[in-house]
Amino acid sequence: MTTSDWPLWEVFVRSRRGLSHTHAGSLHAPDAQMALRNARDLYTRRSEGVSIWVVPSTEITASSPDEKDPFFEPSADKPYRHPTFYEVPEGVKNL
Amino acid sequence: MTAVTADTQEAYQAAFDAAVAADERIEPRDWMPEAYRATLVRQIAQHAHSEIIGMQPEANWITRAPSLRRKAILMAKVQDEAGHGLYLYSAAETLGTGRDELLDKLHTGRQKYSSIFNYPTLTWADVGAIGWLVDGAAITNQVPLCRCSYGPYARAMVRICKEESFHQRQGYESLLALSRGTPEQHAMAQDAVNRWWWPSLMMFGPPDDESSHSEQSMAWKIKRHSNDELRQRFVDICVPQAEALGLSLPDPDLRWNEERGHYDFGPIDWTEFWDVLKGNGPCNEQRITQRRRAHEDGAWVREAAAAYAAKHGEATA
Amino acid sequence: MTATVPTAAALALGDDALVLSHRLGEWAGHAPVLEEEVALANIALDLLGQARVLLSLVGDEDELAYLREERAFRNVQLVEQPNGDFAHTIARQLYFSTYQRLLYGRLAAAGGDGEGGTLTGLAGKAVKEVAYHQDHAEQWTLRLGDGTAESHERMSRACTALWRFTGELFQPVEGLDVDWRELESDWLASVSAVLERATLTVPDGPRTGAWSAGAGRQGLHTESFGRMLAEMQHLHRSHPGASW
Repeated sequence: MTTSDWPLWEVFVRSRRGLSHTHAGSLHAPDAQMALRNARDLYTRRSEGVSIWVVPSTEITASSPDEKDPFFEPSADKPYRHPTFYEVPEGVKNL
Repeated sequence: MTAVTADTQEAYQAAFDAAVAADERIEPRDWMPEAYRATLVRQIAQHAHSEIIGMQPEANWITRAPSLRRKAILMAKVQDEAGHGLYLYSAAETLGTGRDELLDKLHTGRQKYSSIFNYPTLTWADVGAIGWLVDGAAITNQVPLCRCSYGPYARAMVRICKEESFHQRQGYESLLALSRGTPEQHAMAQDAVNRWWWPSLMMFGPPDDESSHSEQSMAWKIKRHSNDELRQRFVDICVPQAEALGLSLPDPDLRWNEERGHYDFGPIDWTEFWDVLKGNGPCNEQRITQRRRAHEDGAWVREAAAAYAAKHGEATA
Repeated sequence: MTATVPTAAALALGDDALVLSHRLGEWAGHAPVLEEEVALANIALDLLGQARVLLSLVGDEDELAYLREERAFRNVQLVEQPNGDFAHTIARQLYFSTYQRLLYGRLAAAGGDGEGGTLTGLAGKAVKEVAYHQDHAEQWTLRLGDGTAESHERMSRACTALWRFTGELFQPVEGLDVDWRELESDWLASVSAVLERATLTVPDGPRTGAWSAGAGRQGLHTESFGRMLAEMQHLHRSHPGASW
């Protein structure tokens, strides 16, 4: 790292009211204030957002921290968590 | 890190292969073969470099754009290219290679960018021809990449492809205006198409039997179609578009082949391709020099912002 | 056509935006960092949009942009100053965007359908854009002024060099009902506050040139402007009557 290297920030954009912020990508910026502005210019050039969060990439804690889990096994063995698991008699609506 | 036993290694590889086979996406923290990672870094970096070097031939005309409407469009397009470069560097970064390292490789000639940008933009019509042909070829190449096996790359490509279609359309519209304009404008458009057609066909890379990385990339689902397949698709799309433009394509062998259901086209001058790639194109030196100078001239600005952040306690280590 | 379009004002403000947008467009491919390519282009595009609206109020935008001679342009000299290094560009941005924000703010607030009525709509939209431009300039002024010794030196030189072009901003423009002296003192207060926070000294030299004939608003420009126009207008003028 030279002194001119700027840290990496993860950018989260709320595309419209009522939705949560979703990860849009990352960018480099010297500090949080500039990161927000760069994110506005880069990720919402076509009015894709109404609100932005920026988080230093190094501040994100992820699951499977040892980087060795071949794949993050989702709860594939718990099909009952999903609505399609349940059979509903034909004609029953709004369920 | 504990040592990975041969058994675990095998299990990882099997899980990776299964995910690729099932058309699932590989994500940054997943285990992946080192060669897969290296191939992706090389390809994404080359793609990112192409976006930012590709700003130059078009930015060459921003200050001379012949109407305010065209000027606004061109500025927005060149800006998009900077944005696309940023999306792609950010995708490469998820593989553990920082942007500074990649830029350094570009500046020192250790990584390449698309050779098409080593050709000059000599007239205003070149801006239209780039939009129609170069961006058209790029889209043909890139649409399948939206389904690339590496998640961050695929996602960046989705965003990029959405934005690229504006680029191609504006180019086509601009050429159409020239073609239907004064005789001088029409001649300008034809001249530009004559010069950009063959280099655009070269953008798909060497023929399949000479392409060194293709086979493995297809197996990994980084690449979905062969160079020749995509090139043919592009030619088939362009011929009727050229007709609608009222411009000809500079290939006497170009004709419909009923049997194949495709257009036949003449031989590509691969000597030129390799020569330009090796550095002997009309603009190789100029493009890299400008890029390097912008980076070097900007060093004091980047340092100032980093110093300010350090002073005001906002920087994150 | 509405009778209330203040021609002189639309030309003055339109030319300001057109010319500054052109200068910022020259940065494409040369910015100090990729993120700044995007930021500078955003500002240039906003300004070009404003210019097109303003020029179209009084004529054909392309005729006005491409077929007028240098002496017919009414932009202030500040916006035509060459980009210089990034510090010069930022100093120019700080001085001009502060002016634009204060001026458009007043025009938007005035509302109604007085003589400036047709500019109200434009000003209402533009004031949000230029507030962002000013913020961008301010953020960078702070970082360059209070960054490294080198950046401080460069920024300080740039602020001083451009200072002599700032007095012209407050020359009354015909058709705009603005208290120019109040605008000027607000501008001075705002710019001084930013410079001080950036550890820079507010320049103390003269803010206008000694030439009594006037400046940009009278169609008198600096030497580099002719070259800029030559480049901008060349292609359009080479094909009289063509459409693009």
